[in-house]
Amino acid sequence: MSNPSIKVENISKRYRIGAQQQEETLVQQITRSIIQPFSNFNRISSLSKFDDHDDPTIFWALKDINFEVQQGEVLGIIGHNGAGKSTLLKILSRITEPTSGEITLRGRVSALLEVGTGFHPELTGRDNIYMNGTILGMRKREIDEKLDEIIAFSGVEKYLDTPVKFYSSGMRVRLAFSVAAHLEPEILIIDEVLAVGDAEFQKKCLGKMEDVAGQGRTVLFVSHNMESVERLCSRALLLENGLKSMDGSVETIISGYMSKGESDELVGYYEWNEGELTECQSIQLHSIRINDKNQQPELGQPIKFTTEIQSYDLKAKYEVWLHILDSKKNKIISSGTAITPVLGRQTYNAELDGEVLQPGIYSVNVLIVKNSTDKLFRASTILKFQISEDNSRIKLPEKNPAILRIGLNWFDGKEIKK
Amino acid sequence: MKPNTNNITVIRPSKGWRVVDIKELIEYRDLLYFLVVRGIKARYAQSVLGVGWAVIQPLAQTLIFTVVFGNLAGLSSDGVPYVLFSFVAMVPWNYFSGILNESANSLVSNKNMLSKVYFPRLVLPFAAVLSKFLDFTIGGIVAIGFFIYYGYMPGLEVLVLPILIIIMIMTSLGTGMILSALAVQYRDVNHAMSFLVRLLMYSAPIVYSISIVPEKYLFWYSLNPMVGVIEGMRAALIGTRDLPWDLIGIGGAVSVILFVVGIFFFKRMESRFADIA
Repeated sequence: MSNPSIKVENISKRYRIGAQQQEETLVQQITRSIIQPFSNFNRISSLSKFDDHDDPTIFWALKDINFEVQQGEVLGIIGHNGAGKSTLLKILSRITEPTSGEITLRGRVSALLEVGTGFHPELTGRDNIYMNGTILGMRKREIDEKLDEIIAFSGVEKYLDTPVKFYSSGMRVRLAFSVAAHLEPEILIIDEVLAVGDAEFQKKCLGKMEDVAGQGRTVLFVSHNMESVERLCSRALLLENGLKSMDGSVETIISGYMSKGESDELVGYYEWNEGELTECQSIQLHSIRINDKNQQPELGQPIKFTTEIQSYDLKAKYEVWLHILDSKKNKIISSGTAITPVLGRQTYNAELDGEVLQPGIYSVNVLIVKNSTDKLFRASTILKFQISEDNSRIKLPEKNPAILRIGLNWFDGKEIKK
Repeated sequence: MKPNTNNITVIRPSKGWRVVDIKELIEYRDLLYFLVVRGIKARYAQSVLGVGWAVIQPLAQTLIFTVVFGNLAGLSSDGVPYVLFSFVAMVPWNYFSGILNESANSLVSNKNMLSKVYFPRLVLPFAAVLSKFLDFTIGGIVAIGFFIYYGYMPGLEVLVLPILIIIMIMTSLGTGMILSALAVQYRDVNHAMSFLVRLLMYSAPIVYSISIVPEKYLFWYSLNPMVGVIEGMRAALIGTRDLPWDLIGIGGAVSVILFVVGIFFFKRMESRFADIA
């Protein structure tokens, strides 16, 4: 499509952060307290001045961000704390201006960086619906039309004419979210508003968001919660230190995000602690390992993955899946098997022909899946193994080897394996 | 959902002075309305007397001034009862000083809103100005009670009142916008407010008559637009003098300048609000 809903071009944003103060002597402290007003004035007015380019107190929260979002696409933005996610959202929702660059938005935009903005504790629930709704850009007429729906969704009908300060925090959040849920923008920008309320309410919100995403709206979604990003988004961006470091399918980005900052240490065995696992009561992973002996692949031998599982429910239908990822976090193998539950611990073995892997470092994700769809548990990069260079093989001077070392069946001539 | 090509927003860094996007302000008029309602409701929430305070405050102040300045100090009140003399000044003055306090705070106290959602920031000082207008109206009604009690019957001069009220609003709004924008970056404004308001009060003819101001300083004195407003109101309502067109003219010009400067200053500072509030 030639006209994307959101087009972000070379967006950068700088802030000024406080410079560190040095330890000082008593005399210095006294002198400083006299000149304090002057230095304070310089400091405060410099908050919005950026003349000196080498100033160490200038901090680039975002640097040259480019991306496009098509109409109807649901884009997730992930990254560690301080990566620039919130700054990006604030620029997109026009709360703050970029330092340079340009963004073009096509359609009515609503940004939800918080639920319940503008709520006043002294006002009644009804007044606050109007207050919050108009702040989010709705017209009074629109709210009038949707008022009944909003009230019904919030479930606080009985207290609608009570000042909000007497609400429990849960009621307040429900009321606020139901206002937000009835916005009808063409572009919706959402920060981690889902991180509120109890599990049940979060589920309700997530469901509502899926509806919104399914209606052909363009959605930008920032979250730390990988499960909800994976559930809602088709594509994702990974931000790192103000730079866009990855852009692609949501699965690739999430595994990339999960593996950031991890060591290159090889892990051949992992055992879960109690409580570290899924909330699910009927199945638990116990451990996973590579090969029984030295827990790393051996040249020319098949690689064996052993997963130990503890089941508590004989009726449930579960599957265990293994993903094998290369060093660039491309998922190159994904394979699963149904679990036949027995009471107690059981092992599942899977074997991979080590020959098909190129030399390099690989990681393993393990997943427990229910009814082939619901992910109950996921552990990323739980194991790491290395395929070493096989010197007995013919080596060809090639820079970009194929991802897998699987041959084709050639019908004339002799095959050369790389 | 069909793509909307009419509704295109371009976000880019702003440079220098900007004009007010009036179309956008109109689009957000419902927000302005609810902010005004919120301001009024929240101010008198959970108080026994509620809006009654809008009556008591100027009355009590007038009473104190009447005792201290009218009776004890024996200041001239241009031949009308001192109570009336000071109450007519107190109502517009309370409005003005209330705006100064409220709008200077309007951005800082709503900084949570500033950093979480976009809306034309100008709505905030505008809402402060409008929500205080209720108090002014109530004060006006009480004043009418005084006129009846003392048997004052204003003449045709009352027709000048709308002009005076517009000057008063423009002055308050202009000053409010400048102070609110400044207060975001320099919290000193909030600390300075209480004494600044008092200083301004004594630099306007509220407790004393303008007749004690020496002739040669009158021009400088009238640069405070509230001088023209207050003297104009006294002239129109209780006939202390002929309508002081010179004071009103100078005050009106200053109020227009304050208003225009206020808007441009506010718009220039606007882009930084969310970052430094």
